[in-house]
Amino acid sequence: MMTEWIAAGLLLTGALFMLLAGLGALRMPDLLMRMHATTKAGALGSGLIMIAVAVHFGETGVTARALAATLFIMLTSPVAAHVLARAGYFTGVPMWSKIVRDELKGKYDEDTHTLAAPQRYRNKPPADDGKAPDDGAG
Amino acid sequence: MNGLTWNIMLALIWVAMTGNFTGSGLAIGFLLGYLLLGVTLRDVPRFSGYIRKVPRVIRFLFFFIKELVRSNFRVAYDVLTPTDYMRPGVIAVPLEAHTDGEITLLANLISLTPGTLSLDVSTDRRVLYVHMMYLDDPEAAREEIKYFEKRVLELLR
Repeated sequence: MMTEWIAAGLLLTGALFMLLAGLGALRMPDLLMRMHATTKAGALGSGLIMIAVAVHFGETGVTARALAATLFIMLTSPVAAHVLARAGYFTGVPMWSKIVRDELKGKYDEDTHTLAAPQRYRNKPPADDGKAPDDGAG
Repeated sequence: MNGLTWNIMLALIWVAMTGNFTGSGLAIGFLLGYLLLGVTLRDVPRFSGYIRKVPRVIRFLFFFIKELVRSNFRVAYDVLTPTDYMRPGVIAVPLEAHTDGEITLLANLISLTPGTLSLDVSTDRRVLYVHMMYLDDPEAAREEIKYFEKRVLELLR
């Protein structure tokens, strides 16, 4: 009885956050701010639903899979946000008119798709142990 | 073998000895193994780092969950109220993290905490570009992210 109530509460809270993520994607003024809403609320919402599943079934196998699913969503949703934001910069998606500052603008090389650091950090000597790779594999 | 491997081995031995092949049995074994290592081997340099790190990792986990929940309430508030007073901006944050793993973990954690979203790492890996929802003072925001980075790197190194 008790676990049913806990699972129901978790499911409803998770669904509420998912709804907020959807609403955020609709309401926010530009691409990057939409990514804010969907990345955070989506990750927590699906995590809560997965915990509800684990509570409902109460089996080791299900719990392990639910935890793995939560972990992978938390690992992958920021990556999705990063790729979408990058694509937005390359295709020139307009920013909200009220943006305060954009230090990334113009730093992408359109041809080679490399990203330069701002001048003030570029000449900094490699930090600490000096093993910062210059030919980053990424 | 490092501390973590030993701890996992002790947990597996506990599971085998008690015959309790469940997640909670493994968790109890892990805890007992950690206490055993902490009491008997705390002066051995090879283990002392691991023994000190475990409570830090747990504390960081709770800190991170708290931040994640806080960021969600913030997003909920932002979504449900008028957007006029937001001050979004993109800033460059110099990185101390070097390896792929460190940078990936840091960028992911930044994306999941309130008001910040990591966009990209420069090709020379010197800076991380972060989008902020409320950018009032760029230098203060940079400091805040540097502090967060320090906490993450403490766990990894």
